Parts: sequence; structure tokens; C-alpha cells
Amino acid sequence: MTLALVLTPYVYGLGFFMMAAGLLIALTSRHLIKRLIGLGVFQTSAGVFYILLSKVSGGTAAIRLEADSPAAEALASRLDAAYIAAHGVDGVVYSNPLPHVLILTAIVVGAATLAVGLAIIVRIRETYGTVDFEEISALEARALRDVREDEA
Amino acid sequence: MSLLLASPELELVFSALLLTLVAGLVVALLAARSVLTCILLMSAFSLTMALWLMTMDAPDVAFTEASVGAGVSTMILLGAALSSTDVIPSLRPGRLWFPAVACLAAFIGMALIVPDLPVFGDPGSPPSAYVGRLYLEQTPHDIGAPNVVTAVLASYRGFDTLGETTVIFAAGVGVLLLLGGQVRSPDAAPEDVSLRASAGSPVLSVAARLLIPIICLYAFYVLAHGEFGAGGGFQAGVILAAALILHALVFGVRETMKALPVGVVRACAALGVLGYAAVGFLAILNGGRFLDYDALLSPVFEAGLPSSHLAGGHHHWGQRIGILAIETGVMLAVASTMTAIFYAFTGRVSRSDAAGAS
Repeated sequence: MTLALVLTPYVYGLGFFMMAAGLLIALTSRHLIKRLIGLGVFQTSAGVFYILLSKVSGGTAAIRLEADSPAAEALASRLDAAYIAAHGVDGVVYSNPLPHVLILTAIVVGAATLAVGLAIIVRIRETYGTVDFEEISALEARALRDVREDEA
Repeated sequence: MSLLLASPELELVFSALLLTLVAGLVVALLAARSVLTCILLMSAFSLTMALWLMTMDAPDVAFTEASVGAGVSTMILLGAALSSTDVIPSLRPGRLWFPAVACLAAFIGMALIVPDLPVFGDPGSPPSAYVGRLYLEQTPHDIGAPNVVTAVLASYRGFDTLGETTVIFAAGVGVLLLLGGQVRSPDAAPEDVSLRASAGSPVLSVAARLLIPIICLYAFYVLAHGEFGAGGGFQAGVILAAALILHALVFGVRETMKALPVGVVRACAALGVLGYAAVGFLAILNGGRFLDYDALLSPVFEAGLPSSHLAGGHHHWGQRIGILAIETGVMLAVASTMTAIFYAFTGRVSRSDAAGAS
């Protein structure tokens, strides 16, 4: 368990780092498509956090095995009996399936929302002729100035 | 992942190393200066993430991440961005410091909770000890399907999944509304050379001709096998969409539209969601609750059927049929929505390029 204690801050730290880096890409990139990719990284990293919570040491994928099948016995041979008795289900230790379900659907929904974001970007390119954030800001500022001058 | 390494602790070290690789790809993405590089790095990020998910005992999620992140997302991004392979200019330093400080603060804020989080791999941690364990224990009795992830996704939380399928459908509708999507007949479809990877390459077209039927067959295998191993409707739908998009990329989107008209694709997307909901209403008509698959078959009829695998003597044919039916609905909705989105992008992007060139 000592090794796991050392690894804990490292893996969570990596997950949080990826989340922050994705956010940074989404906030600071000049190209809108790169911003969208950053948002995708941010979203996937949120999933990483969920999956990190679901891992059970010595566990296997949450596909039920027959209690006395060769696969179940091979799995059990690596763990001590007390551990299996405490944390196993019918003699096999499984990782927690619930975060898997949540993240599985989130990934597919993420792809669909990515498509909506891309559609908006395509429309922006048609309207402004560019997908560069700075140029769009400049165009917006100029248009706003023109409107103010017209009013004045 | 279970039998790859001798010690459970080494497994954790191995997955931590893979996660380091994933984080390294994010660093590369931060520094990338071309759109094409960014898209390919995101693809590599997804593929490495899928490997890492395998070490975390999440084959279903790994499957989805590989097919969605490295497959369909990349294809849609390439379809929308192939013409803009320009170099991204760097931000003015004055604009950089505030987001950088905000992200650093977010990172520090999240890092502060690490001491309160459960130890990596702890079997007794609160997330793993209660409801997750309950699903593992009850699935053979309640559902009779070996894959607990599919059981939770399609049956225990079938209502959530209906909502998520609807979100995907709604996203598809949103894309069509944003891009117009007037392309109805194949003749009106653009013949965009930049999207045809095979322009003049017989190798690609022969390989695609061989691969596409196998990919389609594999999608149906993944759909039908979702109860027993990793897989299910979401993955199958994405794989099917990948086969169709591959066809469009190699033979040109016009050929794909001839084989699979736009109207049919859009109708199938709606049919998938409707079919899912119809299974729920069918259960109500039979006297059960919404999406209660046990009510799909009458007990008298079900008693005559043989007992199913891992069922512990219970009959679970209603659950089996219900799960397969809604997974088919999910596959239809996901595959059609992704294909419709791809059609919309290829139509619109080449049109806007033509407008930009003139």
C-alpha cells in the first residue's frame, strides 16, 4: 500500500494538470479550432478524475466471471484470500463500473458537442473571414466604433 | 489488464507511467503551432488515453475513447479544418497573463483537495464501496448480463442513457440548423478534391473496399456482444459512422450520398431515439414502468424459454431483448447523427472555401 500512497498525489496531480492545461489552451489560443481542442482535453481530463476514483487495486474489468472459472482463479492467485473476501464479489475483485458508465456516455456527448462548436466556427469563418481570435476581436471593435460614430 | 503484470502494485505504477505519457501529449499540444499538428496530437492523446483506460480496468470507456476521440472526432475536425492548415500566431504577452494565472489558481485549488481524496486503488474508498459494489452484486440477479457496465448503462440507468442519446440527436439537429444542411441530392453535393484522400491512389481505394464491409460487420458484432464483453450501442454507432466517413473520405462524399441519401440518414437519427423511447412505452403498455424491460415479455411466455447464461436460475429474456433493442436504437441514433454531421460539414466547408476564394 505504500507504493499506492506515493502514487496518489502524482496521478491526481497529473489529472488536474491536464485539466488546467486544457483550460489554458481553451482560453489563450488564437485559433478557434485549437480552443475547441483544448476544451476537449479539459473534458477528457474531468473523465480521468472519475476513472482514477474507480480503480480498485488488483481488480479487473467489471465483466462478471463465473466464480470457479480458470480466469477467476488466475486472478485470485495474485491476491491474498483475506483481501478477496473483504473486497471481492463472489470471489473476484472488480473495479467500480459506475464511473465507467458516466464517462462512456460523456465521451460520446463530448464528440457531439465538439461538432456543434465546429459548426459555430464554420459560421464565424463565413461571417468574419477568419478564425483568428485577435482578428475577430479587432473586427468587432472596429464595427462597434463605427456604430458609435454613426450615433454621434 | 488483469494478467499482464504479476503484482497489483506494479499495475498501478504502469498506469501512472501511461498517464504521464498522456500528460506529455497535452504539453505538446500547448506548444503546437499548426492546426493540423493540433488535430493529430489530439488523436494521439485519445489513443494513449484509451491505452491508459485499459490499465484502469475500463475497457468499455477505452473502446469509446479510441473510436470517438481518435476516430470520429479526428475525422470531423479534419473535415472542417483541412483547408486551414496555417500556422497559429502566438498571443500577445499582455493577453496571456490573466488566463495563465487563472489556470494556475485552478490547478492549485484542485491540488489542495488531494490529501482528502481516496488512495489510488483503495478498494474501500467511498466511490467504490457502496453503489458501485451494489451494481456488481445485483447484476446477475436483476439483469443476467455479465458486463456490469452495459447492465448499468442500458437497464439500471436506461433513462439517463435515453437522455444522453437525445442530447446527441439534439447536437446533430443543432449542427444542421447552424450549417443549413440544404444538400439533399447527391448531385448538389460538392466534389471537394481536398477531402478525397485517395485522389489518384488505387491502394487506398482497394484497401477501403476491403475494410469497409469488415468495419460494418465489426460494428454489429460490438452491438450484439455488448452484454458479454466490452462494447455496446455507443461504440457500435461510432464504428459504423467511421466506416461511412471512411467511404466518404476515400471515394468522395458524393458517392456516399448516392449510397446513403441525406434524408435516410436524418430519418434514421430520429428513428433511433424514437425506437429507444418506444421500448420504454412498450413496457408501460405491458403494465410495467417506463423502460422496465422485465415487463416486455409476459411471464407465461417467458417461462417457456430456456434460462439464460449467468442468470442463477432466473429468466432474463425481457432484460436481454430490452437491452439489445435500446442498444440498437442508440447505435442507429449515434451512427446517423455522426454521418449527418459529417455530410453537413463537407457541404458547408467547401462552399465557404469557394466563397472565400472568389
